[in-house]
Amino acid sequence: MSAKVVSKLKSQFGDRILDTTNFRGDETVTVALKDWVEVATFLKEDDACDMSMFVDLTAVDWPERETEGEPRFDLMLFLRSYTKKHRIAVRTKVKDQEKAPTLTSIWAGATWPEREVWDMFGIFFKGHRDMRRILLYEEFEGHPLRKDYPIDKAQPLIEYRDVEGTRKLPPFGIEEGQPFARVNWEERLAGRDQQVSPSIGAQVGQQRTLSDSRVAAAELAEVQAAVDAEPPPEAPQE
Amino acid sequence: MQPLDEVFEEEDGSFELPTNPMRLNMGPSHPAMHGTIRMVLDLDGETIENVDVQPGYLHRGFEKSCERGTWQQVFPYTDRLNYVSPMLNNIGFSLAVEKLLDIEVPERCQYYRVILGELSRITDHFTCNGATAMELGAFTPFLWLLKVREMVWGVLERESGARMTHSFGRIGGMAHPPTAGFKDWVMALIPEIERVLIETEALLARNRIFLDRMDGVGVLSQERALELGASGIVLRSTGIEYDVRKDHPYMVYDRFDFEVPVGCDGDNWDRFTLRQEEIRQSVRIIKQAIEQMPDEGPINVDDPRIILPEKNEVYNTIEATISHFKLVMEGVKPPKGAVYSFTEGGNGELGFYIISDGSGTPYRVRVRPPCWFNLQSSREMMIGDLMADIIPTFGSINMIGGECDR
Repeated sequence: MSAKVVSKLKSQFGDRILDTTNFRGDETVTVALKDWVEVATFLKEDDACDMSMFVDLTAVDWPERETEGEPRFDLMLFLRSYTKKHRIAVRTKVKDQEKAPTLTSIWAGATWPEREVWDMFGIFFKGHRDMRRILLYEEFEGHPLRKDYPIDKAQPLIEYRDVEGTRKLPPFGIEEGQPFARVNWEERLAGRDQQVSPSIGAQVGQQRTLSDSRVAAAELAEVQAAVDAEPPPEAPQE
Repeated sequence: MQPLDEVFEEEDGSFELPTNPMRLNMGPSHPAMHGTIRMVLDLDGETIENVDVQPGYLHRGFEKSCERGTWQQVFPYTDRLNYVSPMLNNIGFSLAVEKLLDIEVPERCQYYRVILGELSRITDHFTCNGATAMELGAFTPFLWLLKVREMVWGVLERESGARMTHSFGRIGGMAHPPTAGFKDWVMALIPEIERVLIETEALLARNRIFLDRMDGVGVLSQERALELGASGIVLRSTGIEYDVRKDHPYMVYDRFDFEVPVGCDGDNWDRFTLRQEEIRQSVRIIKQAIEQMPDEGPINVDDPRIILPEKNEVYNTIEATISHFKLVMEGVKPPKGAVYSFTEGGNGELGFYIISDGSGTPYRVRVRPPCWFNLQSSREMMIGDLMADIIPTFGSINMIGGECDR
């Protein structure tokens, strides 16, 4: 949304701006994680940029990038200038288990979004004063917006702390019979499943679905072979 | 805090007893906390020394659920973000996907969206002002405002079929074209809205109790509001003129003559009056949009990859049947890429950061909820005030649980 800010950043940081993209009018610059705070400080304090308004901070999970040796997460920062009315998005890449530096000392508004990113993606922020979970509860296991977190995963229920021996039971079983999501990330990351939905998957020749005729045929052949191998029952002797 | 063994006696001979801050738990089961927010307060007498605002009680996994189905299947979820003005969320999400697809809906649809959106904004502000007054003990304005809100929802129901959760937006258009009586019904609403605005102000604006609890309470400074990411009424009450409709016009908002009212103190009273004033501006926009809106013309974009074919054709031609099947089973397939699209929601900048991987399923849908940031800045408004001031302050930021916790 502002090419001026991008050129200003390029002249200031040179090669340290790793990439710039303009898609549908949205300007995004990519920086390394070690330059994250420095670029953010510059954007806030430089008079030509003057990004005084904090808009949003979020993350995106790309688990398939990890197999290529790339960092797994994207941290996205959205900013706006009140005086200049321009906007920019800054991206950096974070590895799994890597700690990102906090931006709360630059914009106080980053406090809750960073807590949310920690809650949902498990990216820890160094220097943040209050890294508690924010939307979920402390006993929650895992970080739900990671792609390898199954959407229908059941969480262990927390025992009542005051009544001894009381356990709450889930209202339904873990298996509800029908796949809940169109993408099975567990299968996809294991390289067994590239499809997006069962109907499309069958068209592109995906390797495994419940209704795949090849699987069904193979299973049928197995059963037939087992039946054939069994000796016929002897006729009862009279 | 002083240790107890210290000498209490001051130099002038008076006594000052040492005090400890009291920790008090407020909510989530508190009527004014909407059942979704917990506040842990550190009180010095009745003054708030520190407050920890804890959201999350209404978290339903909106963003995770969106990664499950098709792009069209996100619309019912957006209804449940800000459930007082669902149409604005529908439109905001439609615009985001349309930006990703790089299409623009026909002009008639844009006017239609503007009118429906502004009606939703009116209901949003009515609800907030009415609820704020009710929480301070004034029940009459609440009922009067809700009476008119029901009338507005009546019109929206006639258009979309549902009172609140419309699911009326579509990628590349709307679910139905405007009904025959649409313009007349909207025009019939306007005198009612204007009348109830005057009545509310007559009831509240010179009410001593109401003024005492609103004026000068819950103050937020300009710099902090900007830094904390506040938007909408909360930001404008501090005197900052930022309205997405004016600063980054989308749809046909640049064709209307309207003003962005701003406050000066950033207190509850400013937020209350700004909502009243914004309803007036919304009425102004609606009047102009009704005049300019064409009566004839298409509502949806003409693209069989995006819009479902007519039912008549689906039942009679094989091409439309296939198109219908593919759209329902596979969904709209936006090109690979990521966009951040933002509109002015009921509470401020409602942003959608959406990523497509080229398939029919959203890769990531991030919603930037205005309430989230407004609630974050409410901590600053409350510290230093009295405990009873939490009720009007919390009421005037219009926290909507569905949007805040997603």
